[in-house]
Amino acid sequence: MQLKTLLAATALGALMASPALAQQISVKAGVLNDRSGLYADLSGEGSVIAARLAVEDFKAADKGIKVEIVSADHQNKPDVGSTIARQWYDQDGVDLILDVPTSSVALAVNQITREKNKVHINSGAASSDLTGKACSPNTVHWTYDTYALAQGTGGAMTKAGGDSWFFLTADYAFGHALERDTSAVVTKAGGKVLGAVRTPFPGTDFSSFLLQAQASKAKVIGLANAGGDTINSIKQAGEFGIVAGGQKLAGLLVFATDVHALGLQTAQGLVLTESFYWDMNDQTRAWSERFAKLNGGKKPSMVQAGVYSGMLHYLKAVEAAKSKDSAAVMAKMKELPTDDPLFGKGTVRADGRKMHDMYLFEVKKPSESKAPWDYYKQVAVLKADEAFKPLAESECPLVKK
Amino acid sequence: MADIASTDAPAAALAIGEVDDSTARLHRNLMIGIAIALVIAPFVAYPVFVMKVLCFALFALAFNLLLGYGGLLSFGHAAYFGMASYVSAYTAKHWGLTPELAILAGTGIAALLGLAFGALAIRRQGIYFAMITLALAQMAFFFSLQTPRFTGGEDGIQAVPRGKLLGLFSLADDRALYWLVAAVFMGGLLLIYRVIHSPFGQVCKAIRDNEPRAISLGYRASQYKLAVFVLSAGIAGLAGATKAIVFQLASLTDVHWSMSGEVVLMTLVGGLGTVFGPIVGAIVIVSMQNFLATLGAWVTVVQGVVFVICVLLFREGIVGMIAKWIKKPL
Amino acid sequence: MFELLGVPPQALFGQLLLGLINGSFYAILSLGLAVIFGLLNIINFTHGAQYMMGAFVAWMCLNYLGINYWAALLLAPIAVGITGVVIERFLLKRIAHVDHLYGLLLTFGLALIIQGVFRNNYGSSGLPYQIPAELRGGYNLGFMFLPTYRGWVVIASLIVCLATWFVIEKTKLGSYLRAATENPTLTQAFGINVPLLVTLTYGFGVALAAFAGVLAAPIYSVNPNMGADLIIVVFAVVVIGGMGSIMGAIVTGFSLGLVEGLTKVFYPEASATVIFIIMAIVLLVKPAGLFGRAA
Repeated sequence: MQLKTLLAATALGALMASPALAQQISVKAGVLNDRSGLYADLSGEGSVIAARLAVEDFKAADKGIKVEIVSADHQNKPDVGSTIARQWYDQDGVDLILDVPTSSVALAVNQITREKNKVHINSGAASSDLTGKACSPNTVHWTYDTYALAQGTGGAMTKAGGDSWFFLTADYAFGHALERDTSAVVTKAGGKVLGAVRTPFPGTDFSSFLLQAQASKAKVIGLANAGGDTINSIKQAGEFGIVAGGQKLAGLLVFATDVHALGLQTAQGLVLTESFYWDMNDQTRAWSERFAKLNGGKKPSMVQAGVYSGMLHYLKAVEAAKSKDSAAVMAKMKELPTDDPLFGKGTVRADGRKMHDMYLFEVKKPSESKAPWDYYKQVAVLKADEAFKPLAESECPLVKK
Repeated sequence: MADIASTDAPAAALAIGEVDDSTARLHRNLMIGIAIALVIAPFVAYPVFVMKVLCFALFALAFNLLLGYGGLLSFGHAAYFGMASYVSAYTAKHWGLTPELAILAGTGIAALLGLAFGALAIRRQGIYFAMITLALAQMAFFFSLQTPRFTGGEDGIQAVPRGKLLGLFSLADDRALYWLVAAVFMGGLLLIYRVIHSPFGQVCKAIRDNEPRAISLGYRASQYKLAVFVLSAGIAGLAGATKAIVFQLASLTDVHWSMSGEVVLMTLVGGLGTVFGPIVGAIVIVSMQNFLATLGAWVTVVQGVVFVICVLLFREGIVGMIAKWIKKPL
Repeated sequence: MFELLGVPPQALFGQLLLGLINGSFYAILSLGLAVIFGLLNIINFTHGAQYMMGAFVAWMCLNYLGINYWAALLLAPIAVGITGVVIERFLLKRIAHVDHLYGLLLTFGLALIIQGVFRNNYGSSGLPYQIPAELRGGYNLGFMFLPTYRGWVVIASLIVCLATWFVIEKTKLGSYLRAATENPTLTQAFGINVPLLVTLTYGFGVALAAFAGVLAAPIYSVNPNMGADLIIVVFAVVVIGGMGSIMGAIVTGFSLGLVEGLTKVFYPEASATVIFIIMAIVLLVKPAGLFGRAA
C-alpha cells in the first residue's frame, strides 16, 4: 500500500515534471550581419553556420529548448540594421541578436535591445564603447574590442623590442581611437611614438604615407586602419621594401580573412592580435574542420567562432534559468563560467565584457606554411585581465559605484 | 539640351500647366485617398516601416521636384538628406531641442547647403550637372567622416532622444511619432503640389523645356533654377531630419553616394516627373529592401537589375504608365 | 640643408613622383571616359566596375589559366572590352535615341549588378595578386626608393595615353571618329559605318579602364569595390578638364595626381577632398572646364 502510494507519488511527480520538461522553451535567435559588404567574409553566412553548430552541439532539442535561427543583411547601414532589429523584436518574436559587425550598427542594435529588453551578443564589432560609455544590461560583447587589440599588438610588441612607433591612421574616429589607445599602451610599456600621419579614408594609395613612415626610422609601423585600407597599405609596404628594410608592420585590426586576401607573400611578417585562430589545438582544429565543410572550405574567423561560443553560452543560461526571460538569462550568463572548445574557460563581466585570452600572432613566411589557411605562428598570449580594460577604469555606468 | 522628363515621360509634360477640372478633381481625390491611407496604415502595417517609407517618399518627392520640374538630375541629393539628419540628431541630442525644432534646424541647414552647392552646380547642365552634384556630395561625405566631434564619425550620432513635441507630447511611442511623421509627409506633399501648380512652377517648366526662350522672355533662368534647387534640397533635408528622429540615429549611410543612387531609383521606378510617382517608387524600393534583407548579397544586384529594366523598358515608371493608360497626368 | 615649409626637397620630389603615379590612373580612366563621351555622349558610370573587372580578369587568368601578368595586360582589356561591346550592342544602343541621362542611369545600374555579382562570387576582402617577378625590387634614386613597378605604371600609362591621342588625332581612323562625333548623320552619309564605330569606341574606352585595372592589381587591393569610389574622383577630374579634348583629359589626369601628391605632404587630411575643391574653383572661374569648349 505504502509502496503503491509512493509509486503513485513518483508517477505523479513524473507527470508533473514531464509537462514541465515537455513545455518547451522556444528561442528565436537572429544573426544580423554583413552578408554583402566588406565584412561578409569574416561574419556573413559563416556566422549563421556557427550559430547552427552551437545549437547542434548543445543538443538543444534533447533539453527541451527549441531553437530557430533567422538571419539578415544589415549592409553596414545603421538604419537598415535598426529597422531589422526593431522588426525582429516587435513582430517576429526574436529573443536575441547575434554577431552585428560594424560599430555604428552594433551601437544602434545595442540601444534598441536595451529599449525592448531583449539580449544582444555581439561578436563582430570592435568598438570598446559597447562595454564602456554605451554599455547595457542586455548586451554581451564577446570576441574582441579595440582596447584588447591595442593591448595585444601595442603592449606585446613594445615589450618584444619594438619600442619606437609610427602610425598610419585612417582619418576617421575609429582610426583615431586605435591610434590613441595603442599610443597609450606603447608609451606605458616604455616605448616612444615618433609620429603619425592621417590618411584619407577610404584610401587606395598609401605610398606617400609609407614613405613618411619609412623616413621616421621607427621600428614599428602601426596600421590604425581596417579592411581595404589595411590591405592596400600592407600591399604597398611590401612594394617599398619596408618589412625587408627591417621595420615591422603591426596591424591593429586585421583578421585571418584579410591575411587570406593578401596572400602570405605580401602579408608575411605582419604582427596582429586575435582572440581565436583555427589551428590552436585539437579542439579548435576539429571544430574548424566541421565548420569549413559547411562553409565552402573556408576556415572560421574569430568573429564566427565568437558567434558559436556566444550562442552556446546563451543556451546554457536558458537551460539554467529554465526561462528565456532576458533579465534571468543575462543574470545566468554573467553568473555561469563560460566553457567551450574554441575559447576555453572564461567569464562574462558585469559590464557585459566576455573575458578570455588574446593572442599575438605573426604571419608566416610562404615557406613556413604547410597547408592552405596555415597562416599564423603564435608570438605571445595575453591573459584576459591584461587584455581587456579593467573594471576599475571602466566608463560603464553599470559598474560605477 | 533635351531634358529627361519632357522627352520621355509625356505624362510629365502634361503634369503641369494643362490641369483641367477633371484632373484637378482626380488629384484632390488622390490626396484625400493618401490622407486616408496614412490614417489606416499604422494599424495594418508595422509603424516603423511605414515611417521609413514616408521619409524616403518625401525624399524622392524632393528629388523629383528638381528633376521633373527643374529638368536637373542631381546625383548628390544624399548630401542634403544626410546633413539635415546630422543637424537634427545633433541638436536634439546635444542641445536638447524639441523634435520639431530639431527637424526645422536640419531643414534650414539643408536649404543653405543647397544654396551653396546649387549656385555652383547650375552653372552646367545635363550630365555635367549630375557629375558636379555627385562630386559636391562626396565633399559633404568626407566632411561628415572627418568631423567626428559633430557627426560621431563612422559610429554616427546614436541614441537620439525622440523627445516631446512642443515640449508637451512624448513621442517615445511609435504610434505617437507616426502622426508627426505622417503630418510632415502630407505637408511636404501639399507644398510640392502647390509649388508646381503655381506661376513659379509654370516658369520653371518653361525654362526646363526651352531655356533660351524663357530667358528671351525676360525670365532670369538661373535664379529660378537655383530656387527650385534650394527648395528641393530643403525638402530633402526635411525628410532626412525626420528620419533621424524616427530611427534615433544619423549616420554616414545617409550622406553616402549610394543613397543618392537609391533616391534616383525610387523616382525612376515610380515615374520621373509625375506628382505621385516618387511615393509609389519609395514604397516599392523600401519594401523590396526589407524583403531582400534575408537574401543577403543579392540586394545590390536586384537593385541594379531594376535600374536597367526601368531604363530599357519602363521609362515612364509605374505611375507614368497608369497616367498614360487613364490619359490623365498623375 | 634648406627646407620647403618644413619638408626637405628630397622628400618633396619623392612625393611628386608618387603623385605622378596616381595621376597615371586618373589619366587612363578619364581618357576612357572622354573617348566614350565624345562619341556616345554618355557618362559611363560602369567605368569603375570595368576597371575592377580588369583587375579580376588578370587574377582569374593567373589562378584559373596560369596566364601571367604580361599576357593578362593584353588579354584582360580585350576580354573586358568584348563585354563592353556586348553592353553597347544590346543595351546602350536601345537608349541612344532618348535623353543621355538615361545612359548615366543605365550604366549606374550595370555597375551595381557587376559589383554585386563579383561580391557574391569572390567576397569583399579582396584577392592576392603579386607583382610580376621582372618588376620586383626598386631603384634608389638618391632622394627616394622607387619601386620598379611604380616606374613601370607611369611609363605604361604614358605610352597608352599618347598612343590613344595619336590614333584619334593623327590617323585616318581617328579622323572618322572625330567626324562622327561632330556630325554622325553626315559621316554615315559618306559611307562610314557609324554604329560600328560607336560600338568599337565603347569597347575601346572600356578596355582602357580594364588596362588600368590590370596595372592596379599588383599594388592596390583587388576587390569588387575598388572602382566604386575611384570613379567619383575621376568624374571630378573630367569636370575639371572638360571633356572636349583627349589631350586635356590626359594632362588633367596627371596634373591632378601631382596636386593630390603635394596635398598628402602638406595637409594629408585634405587629400581626399582636394580634387573636389579644385573642381568647385574651376567651375566658378571657367565653367566649361580647363580644356572644354563652352557649351
